[in-house]
Amino acid sequence: MTVSSVFSPPGFNFSNEVRNNFMTEKGLPLPKATSTGTTIVGCLFKDGIVLGADTRATEGPIIADKNCEKIHYITESIRCCGAGTAADTEFTTALISSNMELHGLSTGRKPRVVTAMTMLKQMLFRYQGHVGAALVLGGVDSTGPHLFTIHPHGSTDKLPYVTMGSGSLAAMAVFESGWQPNMEREDALKLVKAAISAGIFNDLGSGSNIDACIITEHHTEMLRNVEMPNERVQKERRYGFRRGTTAWKTENVRNLIVKEEMTFVGGDAMDTT
Amino acid sequence: MDHVDWQRLKTGEVNLGTSIMAVQFNDGVVIGADSRTTTGSYIANRVTDKLTHIHDRVYCCRSGSAADTQAVADVVHYTLQMYSQTAGQPPSVHTAASVFQKLCYENKDALSAGIIVAGWDKEVGPSVYNIPLGGGLFRQPWAIGGSGSTYVYGYCDATYKEGWGRDETVNFVKNTLALAMSRDGSSGGVIRMCVITEDGVERLFVPGNELPKFWEGHEVLRAPVGMKKVAGETGIVPMAVEA
Repeated sequence: MTVSSVFSPPGFNFSNEVRNNFMTEKGLPLPKATSTGTTIVGCLFKDGIVLGADTRATEGPIIADKNCEKIHYITESIRCCGAGTAADTEFTTALISSNMELHGLSTGRKPRVVTAMTMLKQMLFRYQGHVGAALVLGGVDSTGPHLFTIHPHGSTDKLPYVTMGSGSLAAMAVFESGWQPNMEREDALKLVKAAISAGIFNDLGSGSNIDACIITEHHTEMLRNVEMPNERVQKERRYGFRRGTTAWKTENVRNLIVKEEMTFVGGDAMDTT
Repeated sequence: MDHVDWQRLKTGEVNLGTSIMAVQFNDGVVIGADSRTTTGSYIANRVTDKLTHIHDRVYCCRSGSAADTQAVADVVHYTLQMYSQTAGQPPSVHTAASVFQKLCYENKDALSAGIIVAGWDKEVGPSVYNIPLGGGLFRQPWAIGGSGSTYVYGYCDATYKEGWGRDETVNFVKNTLALAMSRDGSSGGVIRMCVITEDGVERLFVPGNELPKFWEGHEVLRAPVGMKKVAGETGIVPMAVEA
């Protein structure tokens, strides 16, 4: 008779793969990660970059967060909007932010936007699309303003105006009709707000408020909730039950504070002086 | 096989459903590409630059997955920078193409990249190398690639001649790409070209509204001979519709 071995071979164990495939086949798929069905945009203007994002995070049909932050800090003058898997965008930007700080310390220079772009694309390429981060990276460095999109598989594009996420089509329509070279700061912000609004109102995956970030050579301005077009208003009526709606036969009021008597048995009580 | 196997692309992957081309002539090479990058049916970038700098006189045209070809081109760019520093001279086009081939062949299961390498070197002058999907390496006088290329093989075979000068070659590339872009839905936008010679690299740009035009057809519903004209000068008559 053979005794079942307690020895487990080295390396990965893929036995759950079969089980998971079986369960998926039977209609019980693996739980989905929180995805930021999103509108994020960026646009170049006369003195720098304006980034924009909505603030809705979704888990399938449920809105998981009505006011999340999608414009992530990379360095003081480089910021990154994230769409796709919320956890992935959060951790990739945090990791690259950390590496950019160290890079700046070791070189003694302000790190450039292309540096962040290269770090991000090389990381995302290494993970072959399994890190589901779709990013809009923008900033100003010693070589001027730069704006990139980075796709989850690690491809990048450099353009004067970009959009990403499920609301990207609505937002791009606004940019394609409204963007001009050398725009003023206020006009650029207005256009970014219009592009995000197009996502908020026309895309189901996007909603709630507008965040924006204006990056110029010497100053970065983070405009959190720069517009809140979906604020909850006071309810016109109250739908609570009036006091006394339910009849009762007996009434019993109990004291919730429980008293307990303690008696020391043997030995001395602890000296607490 | 010289066409890209689109089935291999992962869903949501950014695609260079492309028309690319490189042609050598007496003094150098002309390379060209359309400018369309797609994700499914959405054009992610309509002004893409698929002509990628590898070294001073070596460029490549990228087709297939955007992520894969960018990653490969970045590695080759880095490798050749190290090479030229240690060797003290610029790499030959064949050296560059061999580095590309090594990466494309050894990682053929993980990559979808169809690359054309072209440039000028002092050993052999102008040269064009084609590296199709499996990672082969072929020197050719002219090479076309990407999904749009299948539409224009006949045109290239019928048109190409040896001994052309710069301007004739530029026109050949421009016309070929315009024809490919007009038939291939995954190609389009503008035409970008580079002329690489011993003296330097010249970039050329043809806007989308100034592409060379070919026969674009008559109105389908042209009036048959002898029929009374209804729509004035154009000769277009309304289609007969059943009541």
